[in-house]
Amino acid sequence: MPHHPPPAPLIVTRTGLAHGVRLSLPFVPGFLVFGAAVGTSAGQKGFSLLETMLMNGLVYAGASQLMALQLWTDHWTLTALLAVAGVVAAVNLRFVLMGASLQPLIGKAPKRIVYPSLFAMADANWILALRYHTEGGRDLGVLVGCSVFLWCLWVLAAIPGYLAGAFIDAKTWGLDFAMLLTFTSMTVPVVRRARKLAPFAIAAGVALLASWLVPGYWFIIMGAAAGAGYAAIFGGDS
Amino acid sequence: MSDLPNIAVICLMLLVTYGLRAGGFWLMGRVALTPPVRRGLEAIPGSILIATVLPTALRAGPVGWIVVSAAALTMWTTGREFLALIVGFALAAGLRAIGL
Repeated sequence: MPHHPPPAPLIVTRTGLAHGVRLSLPFVPGFLVFGAAVGTSAGQKGFSLLETMLMNGLVYAGASQLMALQLWTDHWTLTALLAVAGVVAAVNLRFVLMGASLQPLIGKAPKRIVYPSLFAMADANWILALRYHTEGGRDLGVLVGCSVFLWCLWVLAAIPGYLAGAFIDAKTWGLDFAMLLTFTSMTVPVVRRARKLAPFAIAAGVALLASWLVPGYWFIIMGAAAGAGYAAIFGGDS
Repeated sequence: MSDLPNIAVICLMLLVTYGLRAGGFWLMGRVALTPPVRRGLEAIPGSILIATVLPTALRAGPVGWIVVSAAALTMWTTGREFLALIVGFALAAGLRAIGL
């Protein structure tokens, strides 16, 4: 990993945008199926199609949307609102670490490009941009391209899910595994390319232990923090 | 506040998610990027993914870990995301059809 990246300016080019879209293509099926699944759940909670698309577009975090929908009610109390906000924060706490990990790579980029892009940061486009910039890429178009493309896909996927929800049982077709399988396909290349596996072993161990001992989705952030913490403290030698 | 429209709650969720998305990036812009901090940040991607996939697969029961193992193996040998996904969906549908 170069500790002094070349000071070439971070720019957005048409080529970069197209490259970003191309890199996103493997994630199209996962995004379509998972986005549709969220659309189905929203429809079952009495959302209109417009509300369903707005939720996919504005929140853009599938697992937390599904969790929040389980808490959805017709009579909102302060406690119910806090529960929704709390669940959404807990499931998505990894966003904090994801954003932080981009800082060394594109921290110098223009704010007017980075902050709107962060709005559409999901696991897939984050990994793609991270890999591209780690390998020395300087074109912000890659981040913008894959972010905008996958975001549009996610919003549009709500439509077939909303409309077909009444007729298709997602479980019969294994479609409820869309997110897990997409995550699995993202994990393998990252682990394969890694030079040090110890932080990942620590992350795995702590996450498994936490998921056994702590209810909810805390295992994600606990495992991730353990892995990153281990790499920070003990990763210097060898 | 009992008759809040759905869009109001959606906006609350938007505030939470964007705060998290932008917050980590913003915060890290104010922290010195010393070598340990840099090493920690570099370990984040793999750590998050591993910490998400393994427990989620185990919680999903036998179908979960069989499907995830098969998809991971497919990904490892072929490097094709699309193929890994198809293998996963097909296997999940098959295992459920035989009642697992």
